[in-house]
Amino acid sequence: MPGPDKRCTEEDVVAELRPGMTVGIGGWGSRRKPMSLVRAILRSDLRDLTIVAYGGPDVGLLCRSGQARKVVSGFVSLDSIPLEPHYRAARQAGSIEPMELDEGMFLLGLQAAAWRVPFLPTRAGLGSDVPRLMPEIRTVTSPYPEPSSGEHEELIAVPALQLDVALVHQHRADASGNATWLGEDPFFDDLMVRAAERAFVSCERVVPTAELAAGADVTHQRISRLDVTGVVEAPHGAHFTECLPDYGRDEAFQKRYAATAKSDEAWDGFRAEFLDLDEAGYQAKIRELQS
Amino acid sequence: MSDPKRADVCAVAIAEAFRGDGERLCNPIGNLPLVGGRLAAATFEPHLAITDGYYTLLDNVPPVGLPEEERVAQRVIGQWNPYREMFGLLWRGKRHVMMGATQVDRHGNQNIAAIGDWRAPRAQLLGFRGAPGNTINHTTSYWVPNHSPKVVVESVDVVCGIGYDRAAELGPVASRFHEVRRVVTNLCVFDFDATDPAGLRTLRLRSVHPWTTVEEVLAATGCDVVVPDDVGVSRGPDAAEAAELGRLDPQGLRFAEVPDE
Repeated sequence: MPGPDKRCTEEDVVAELRPGMTVGIGGWGSRRKPMSLVRAILRSDLRDLTIVAYGGPDVGLLCRSGQARKVVSGFVSLDSIPLEPHYRAARQAGSIEPMELDEGMFLLGLQAAAWRVPFLPTRAGLGSDVPRLMPEIRTVTSPYPEPSSGEHEELIAVPALQLDVALVHQHRADASGNATWLGEDPFFDDLMVRAAERAFVSCERVVPTAELAAGADVTHQRISRLDVTGVVEAPHGAHFTECLPDYGRDEAFQKRYAATAKSDEAWDGFRAEFLDLDEAGYQAKIRELQS
Repeated sequence: MSDPKRADVCAVAIAEAFRGDGERLCNPIGNLPLVGGRLAAATFEPHLAITDGYYTLLDNVPPVGLPEEERVAQRVIGQWNPYREMFGLLWRGKRHVMMGATQVDRHGNQNIAAIGDWRAPRAQLLGFRGAPGNTINHTTSYWVPNHSPKVVVESVDVVCGIGYDRAAELGPVASRFHEVRRVVTNLCVFDFDATDPAGLRTLRLRSVHPWTTVEEVLAATGCDVVVPDDVGVSRGPDAAEAAELGRLDPQGLRFAEVPDE
């Protein structure tokens, strides 16, 4: 039997969020970020959020708006612009609390939460400054002897990155939350969804369930309605990040965004022109710019 | 014969870092390292796998900097390798990465996270990225396009990629997959085939590039390094390598990173 109809709007999703929540955001760097949902958060008065992401402009925007209190990341980058300017400014001003993990540790933290175990062990992070600077990251001693030495190895115990809410952007979804990614990398959206108490999926297009695999194959149907609370149809919703094969990154717009870190005036102007609008208004502005 | 181009000497030195790697993933990051890694794969290490820069492992060696459509068309894909598979691959250890370094120190610790105190950084950089996991799991080398006393330092501000002192603290079992092999810069090549008085592997000058001298390299280096009596001069490409460099980097992206003066 099909699942219930879970379609909703960006505003409906934001209405489900509360100050102080831990919000996981899918994608990677400046690739396939659920930007229409991020923009909706920017329009809200949500505060004190903990943002968990392989960070890109999602993290930068929420740092600049002052809504992120803590950021848990493996990196924060715009890809074609290596350093995210607003995250950078927030770190240098001390306005957010950072938890900067090795990229692989970050994956294991999501996986631990998705599997409902308190931690997963790894060698990644041993000897580095990650556990020295973030003493909340503990180690665990293997109960099994290493075969050649008999030593009980000490490993990093990556804590589960338990999320209140996950926000991810997929290419296609049906009304009940089954979702398909196209392109060549699922990133970690499916893990984010399972690491969260509740997950909201935005997508380029809502399609009938039977059409989910169109343009791909069954292996791309990675997210199940069993794990999804709400579905938002958001065409071009990942703009200005990359959402291949539907569209590439809007590099010109990303440059314009990055330049807003130069001064308060630049940010205020950008905010008034592009962010103090609803999503339809934003998309109309972008179409105007691109024509 | 005219002097080789500086970027070509660097590309050959980068390629040489992968010599002997056999069948594993050659994974240099950045344009000039990509050219150098692919040069190794196209010549003396034919069984290396390389990445397409994104989500696949290639069994051919196409040029760098291709337009997207060409990049996709020229790929001979050996394996799908989205990011999570890359973590699987690197935790298995069949990889040699060459990363950049904002700072690298005499024991091979690398910093790409922040300058100053990480808790209140003077300059925030990328974060730790994959450096901790890379260095504890497989061979790592570094590319430094701007060799100076601020980059090659006594001790890095934040340890992202771990060096030989940190590996030694962990002990031989925990650090059994750790190897920092080379630091290739725009002035010279370092290896770690020497130990300091504490018995820790430390930077050793392996060769200087033809446009500089041992003295100039030491003046540009912010820490003690071991200087053997027989420091060589980094070689330029042979004829076959020169032809491959032309094929692999037809736009000359490498010359933007290390220009001739």
